Amino acid sequence: MSSWLDYTINGLIVGNVYALVAVGLALIFGVSRLINFAQGSIYLVGAYIGWVAVVQLHTPLPLTIILVAVVAALVGLIIERFGLRPLQNSVRIAPLLATIGISFVLDQLVMLTFSPNPRALPSQLPDVRFQVGGGTIGPLDLLIAGVGLTSALLLFAFLRYSKLGWAVRAASQDRDAAMQMGVDVNRVNQAVFGIAAALGGVSGLLVGMYYNQIDTAMSLQATLKGVVAEVVGGAGNVPGAVVGSLLLGLVESYGVAVFGTSYRNLFAFLLLVVVLVLRPNGLFASARQAPPEPLTGTFIAPSRPLRIPRWALLVTAAVFAILPFFPVSFYVLQTLINAWLLGMLALSLTLVAGTVGQVSLGHAALLAIGAYTSALLSLTLSVPVGLAIIAGGLMSAALGTLLISPSFRLRGHYVSIATLAIGEIVSLVILNWESVTRGPIGISGIPPLSLFGYDLISPASIYWFSFVVMVVLALLQGRLLGSHLGRSFRAIRDDDIAARAYGLSLNRYKSLAFIFGGFAAGVSGGIAAHLYSYINHETFNTQQSILALTVVILGGLGNVVGAIVGAVALVGLPEVFRIAAEYRILIYGIVLLLLVRFRPQGLLGTI
Amino acid sequence: MAEQLHAMLSLRGLTRRFGGLTAVDAIDLDLARGELVSIIGPNGAGKTTLFNLVTGLDRPDAGHVGFEGGDITGLSPERLAAAGIARTFQLGRVFGNLSVMDNVLVGAHTRLRAVKPAVPVIGPLLELGLALLRPASVKVEEERLREEVKVILARFGERLLPRIDQPAYSLSYANRRRVEIARALALMPRLLLLDEPTAGMNPTETAEMQALIAELKAEGLTILLIEHKLEMVMRLSDRVIVMDEGRKIAEGPGEEVRNDPKVIEAYLGHGLSGTAEQESAA
Ligand SMILES: Nc1ncnc2c1ncn2[C@@H]1O[C@H](COP(=O)(O)OP(=O)(O)O)[C@@H](O)[C@H]1O
Ligand SMILES: [Mg+2]
Repeated sequence: MSSWLDYTINGLIVGNVYALVAVGLALIFGVSRLINFAQGSIYLVGAYIGWVAVVQLHTPLPLTIILVAVVAALVGLIIERFGLRPLQNSVRIAPLLATIGISFVLDQLVMLTFSPNPRALPSQLPDVRFQVGGGTIGPLDLLIAGVGLTSALLLFAFLRYSKLGWAVRAASQDRDAAMQMGVDVNRVNQAVFGIAAALGGVSGLLVGMYYNQIDTAMSLQATLKGVVAEVVGGAGNVPGAVVGSLLLGLVESYGVAVFGTSYRNLFAFLLLVVVLVLRPNGLFASARQAPPEPLTGTFIAPSRPLRIPRWALLVTAAVFAILPFFPVSFYVLQTLINAWLLGMLALSLTLVAGTVGQVSLGHAALLAIGAYTSALLSLTLSVPVGLAIIAGGLMSAALGTLLISPSFRLRGHYVSIATLAIGEIVSLVILNWESVTRGPIGISGIPPLSLFGYDLISPASIYWFSFVVMVVLALLQGRLLGSHLGRSFRAIRDDDIAARAYGLSLNRYKSLAFIFGGFAAGVSGGIAAHLYSYINHETFNTQQSILALTVVILGGLGNVVGAIVGAVALVGLPEVFRIAAEYRILIYGIVLLLLVRFRPQGLLGTI
Repeated sequence: MAEQLHAMLSLRGLTRRFGGLTAVDAIDLDLARGELVSIIGPNGAGKTTLFNLVTGLDRPDAGHVGFEGGDITGLSPERLAAAGIARTFQLGRVFGNLSVMDNVLVGAHTRLRAVKPAVPVIGPLLELGLALLRPASVKVEEERLREEVKVILARFGERLLPRIDQPAYSLSYANRRRVEIARALALMPRLLLLDEPTAGMNPTETAEMQALIAELKAEGLTILLIEHKLEMVMRLSDRVIVMDEGRKIAEGPGEEVRNDPKVIEAYLGHGLSGTAEQESAA
């Protein structure tokens, strides 16, 4: 590929693929004001169904496409029926968490079934290219364009001429009015989830063929790309989603032409953040008005938190503090050290997601910033490890807050999308900024934990160090929640409009929460770096963000003690039951889903 | 001119459009210090939108809002709260998971001094530090505000005080409305905007609320009141403004406005929706 025409064709083809994902997202957002985080997982499922069909069943291409569309649609219907419909009357945060959990579970199921290794997905089409003007175009390009156009026509006909299509349009214009006119909202939801899933699945198939490769990391990327396109086009706007997708494809393609392949995603995510901040209603929104609210009602489940008496907390803390004096195995200490590190991350997330209501999905980025800062300071500038870890916490607090600040204007699902994208941006910057971060090679030989010149090598000393740091952070956070900041944070979460009307600046208080939470997460990442002695851009990934979220929900949103209890439970129980490592993540996802459905207030209650 | 000099709040040509609909259409209004003016009109007349424009939750497409001699058009709600404008919301916006005490304390947020030093740039960091360290000055301030909250809650008799530590979501509808008003009073407002404070209340509760508003007025508070219950409007108001389809169709003393044919026509034209007759019958 060389000419600009080639890049243009490439951009439009890729944009076409994004459109298949984005249109589904727009349909779903239109009728249920929900960003379906599982859309990328369906795309992943589509790619792997396609692989089974092509490589194992040797189906002809048209049959492959139909098969993928049907299976994907079924998955979509199942998600709607069993994942989301039961949550129709629950709190605002529930469907958001549910689609995150579903996405996680689906990805893990695919990974366990097919292994995480990439696979080739041949397109079955002749490998010829035709000259068009100054560029070339291949049969696969034409297929993708053809599928895109056909889907658009079918969708248009469905929305315009069928009764169910009319109901979908009515519901997305005014859901309440549509319900009063007798529109069956469940059927409408079924229809949009089925259609969205079929389109998403086919999109995954086509992308797999286009790059002749599929792997399980596709899912998150697809969700993000689809959301970028959808948001650029204006949330819930179906034609807007198509235009947004083509635009995204072109921006990426030209970006790659100028800067190189590794910048492709960076452009997409930066575009998302810029659009979310400057034009939250999309590029084509005409009138100035409040952006459509992603669902209404209370944000978290009201509950009366379990009050644990102070003496019980003291006794428990004392037991854990003297634990290393007893003949416990190295393995138990190791497990608990992991729990304390996760506990610090959970403290951070429970403050941000629970107390202030900003469900961050990019929290692992805060770990990464702390870890890299601490590792680099101690390695290159020989800063004492103890100080380096604190510096890591401060850097995470400052840089993390700065990076996330564009999302302070956003609400609900948009916050999650923005933080997910910002997390990806951090990881991409770490990967590409080789002069500082050593790029894909990562940082090795990070000095071990030490305090006042003494190396902490024995498991007991590491245990004590991480335990004490976590307890101090928890006590500070408890103190914070008892101050005027605690009520201010929670007021913003419960009703940001009323909070503003009483003088609470959202920027100021969200910043303060992220500064405090960023410090805790950065310290956790810093300690981890010195424990692992090697880190790279993938050490702190979305899986950890989701794990932390599960811990937070398990313990009870905003609940300080709950965050620690949740961390011990989620790290400890799989060890107790000897669950194989590869199944753990799947189990975390399932736990998240079950909690959202059956105990949204968690073990100890939301605060 | 003289009138404008005295006006605490003055609206000039205030306009807000939603697509093709002009929800607030060139409204002029002057409110003198200590005055209580009621705004009535059928549902959808634009009353709540007008409140949103005055409190900064929405921005006008045209026109100006003046407050105590300054132009406050388009200022953020945070700034306006700090300037002393407090409001309640028609549909109720209490902080559901916060206790009654905390809800009302949030109302006093703009009056925090010790914990929120007015220092540029590093002010927020100082606030975080002071909240964690809690020096004596911060503790004293917090204690004082808590005492003040109890005094405010006492104005509602035994309605709220016994429930001071209960989360707001567990309160009755009427009590949540009272918490909203208590929260507004905790701001020590110079101007108070009440959006249908008695909606959904029974006659006893309404009478209580009316007595409270009369008290506030007697204390010299400047109040803008949206209310459907005409009986109450007539008793409390120095002046009544009638809105219909975004426009001001009548203004004057209650009795005069009540018999204005344009007003009767506006209510009848809307099939009596949300009129005084309906409300008081309910
Ligand atoms: N955010 C909004 N977007 C579109 N239309 C709105 C919005 N807010 C209010 N309106 C419309 O403006 C008109 C006035 O509404 P409102 O001020 O709530 O009336 P009132 O409080 O007098 O009952 C209504 O027709 C309402 O539908
Ligand atoms: Mg109203």
